[in-house]
Amino acid sequence: MRQITLSQAVNEALAEEMRRDETVFIIGEDVAEAGTPFKVLAGLVEEFGTSRVVDTPIAEPGFMGIAVGAAMTGTRPVVDLMFGDFIYLIMDQLCNQAAKTHYMSGGKLKVPLVLRTNLGATRRSAAQHSQSLHALVAHIPGLKVAMPSSAYEAKGLMKTAIRDDNPVVIFEDKLMYNDKAPVPEEEYLIPFGEANIKREGTDITLIGTSSMVQVCEKAAEILAGEGISAEVIDPRTIVPLDEATLLKSARKTSRVIVVDEGHQSYGVTGEIASRINEKAFYHLDAPVLRMGAMDVPVPFSPALEDITVPTPEGVAENARRLMSGEMIHAA
Amino acid sequence: MAKSKHNTEDYLQMYRQMVRIRTFEDNANQLYLSAKMPGLTHMYSGEEAVAVGICEALEITDKITSTHRGHGHCVAKGAEFKEMFCELLGKEEGYCRGKGGSMHIADQSNGNLGANAIVGGSMGIATGSAFTSKMLGTGDVTVCFFGDGATAQGLWYEVMNMAALWNLPVIYACENNGYSEYTKTEEIAAGSITARAEAFGIEAHQVDGQDVLAVNELTQKLVARARKGEGPFFMELMTYRYHGHHVGDINREYYRSKDEEKDWKDNRDPIIRFRGWMVEQGIATEEEIEAMNAEIKADAKAAVEYALEAKYPDVSEVDMHVYVGVEHALA
Repeated sequence: MRQITLSQAVNEALAEEMRRDETVFIIGEDVAEAGTPFKVLAGLVEEFGTSRVVDTPIAEPGFMGIAVGAAMTGTRPVVDLMFGDFIYLIMDQLCNQAAKTHYMSGGKLKVPLVLRTNLGATRRSAAQHSQSLHALVAHIPGLKVAMPSSAYEAKGLMKTAIRDDNPVVIFEDKLMYNDKAPVPEEEYLIPFGEANIKREGTDITLIGTSSMVQVCEKAAEILAGEGISAEVIDPRTIVPLDEATLLKSARKTSRVIVVDEGHQSYGVTGEIASRINEKAFYHLDAPVLRMGAMDVPVPFSPALEDITVPTPEGVAENARRLMSGEMIHAA
Repeated sequence: MAKSKHNTEDYLQMYRQMVRIRTFEDNANQLYLSAKMPGLTHMYSGEEAVAVGICEALEITDKITSTHRGHGHCVAKGAEFKEMFCELLGKEEGYCRGKGGSMHIADQSNGNLGANAIVGGSMGIATGSAFTSKMLGTGDVTVCFFGDGATAQGLWYEVMNMAALWNLPVIYACENNGYSEYTKTEEIAAGSITARAEAFGIEAHQVDGQDVLAVNELTQKLVARARKGEGPFFMELMTYRYHGHHVGDINREYYRSKDEEKDWKDNRDPIIRFRGWMVEQGIATEEEIEAMNAEIKADAKAAVEYALEAKYPDVSEVDMHVYVGVEHALA
């Protein structure tokens, strides 16, 4: 199968959906000729023109609000938010308006929009361009949240998101834009709420989101060399969450580590760990462990930044300790 | 009164709609004072000529966005008393199945995209609705209602900028009732309000918001031009709210004198003025007008009685309409 980058996968998904449905359009800062700073959208304006690849002023609440109104009245906007950190700027439009409109109108109005943004530290971009803020929006009923872990997921989830009648936020890991993965030539969609078992195992379950899936896979590789069989699961969407697959694996292996790049406290790792505790407690041989980003603003210095995020070695180390029955606290 | 080019039915319709709003609000206020309504509400009384003058210049397919003080817009855009009172009382037959209430009432069937409880929160939505109109070529015009207090919100400047850049068919209608909640507007707004729109090259008008014909005449012209792609436009409508910020804001002399309120009610009431003009012009007799008033009062009374007896939504509805396509979000 051909290999393409995550960036190309997103670009293909958008182009295919824009060809299929003329109500789909892209709106955001430097999306047209510039194709975004990450060049993810390169070439789209040539095919679809500036009326459907719409450059905006630097005004995140403004263009987000416009997208909400456009979605309510018959179009399917894909909003490009240059950095996930800017999500704080659009919180009212996303969480008070987009997320609640369908509910507050008793089901009469809908907001079929996609918010494309990113997450991920270690790009040496400091505290306002490195955050992983997906837990903030996953907290809000009415929003769906997708977290692609490779080019394959990025394409399939984006196409599903565009066809979904709800507001969907997709977080791409900005360090993965150039990572290649096998992506079929023919069309496919990845349904929301279906986790992917990336690697089967019997001793411990490693649940990872976004780029943390690769971290878990590498940890599983290390552990395999030591005779520990780790299962790796990628939920792919955290809202909706495929709880059944996660619980099934937890019951099978009896040990779980949840790895996510959001801050550890009050985050995705805590939520998933809690659900497993509530529903698989009597199958567990060890406490479910959370491994998130350190609860500090992301530092600039590489010497500091690198120790704030989970690593394969760190996950493997915690897995060993869980296997040996040691009581531990991550981070 | 302003000059006009209407037939008798147009005048009667404008009068009827203004009286319907006043009557609706009198009943809503009474429901609050008699503790029959959950929560609280914001009265539109005194501002009727604004909503009616504007909405009578719109087609049913044109869109509006409304505010926390939104009953007037809802009635003026064509809503029925029964569904409105049901919504105010949280009943199943309300426009939003009781899920929105007074501050979120929406009536998609008549192009009302909804009231909004965030001051200025719908400015993006209105501009986005106009974006859809331009992108899909529907010819619809969107009117964005907001108060003078909302002119302090940054979102407005962001969306006006984009509306002007893209010539969107949106009319920003600022209902200047002189008070930003409990504060005189002159204390919170530096400079002139029309100059804010003019700074973006948007044609701005100030109009007597107590003169329904003046409002209607101006709106008709602007709507026709907006349809031709000459938008956006801005209107500042000088008006007055008879009640406090909300129904519970009774003792308000610390920010507004009784003399001032009396002066507006006695000398500038939009309904009294228009009624006098209609009689003078021979459009309707006093008897015909009294009959119309009585009929509206009876309609409102019947709707209130209906709504008071109507069913609450079944508790199973609590997790419905969270997501399109998911019957029960928590199932």
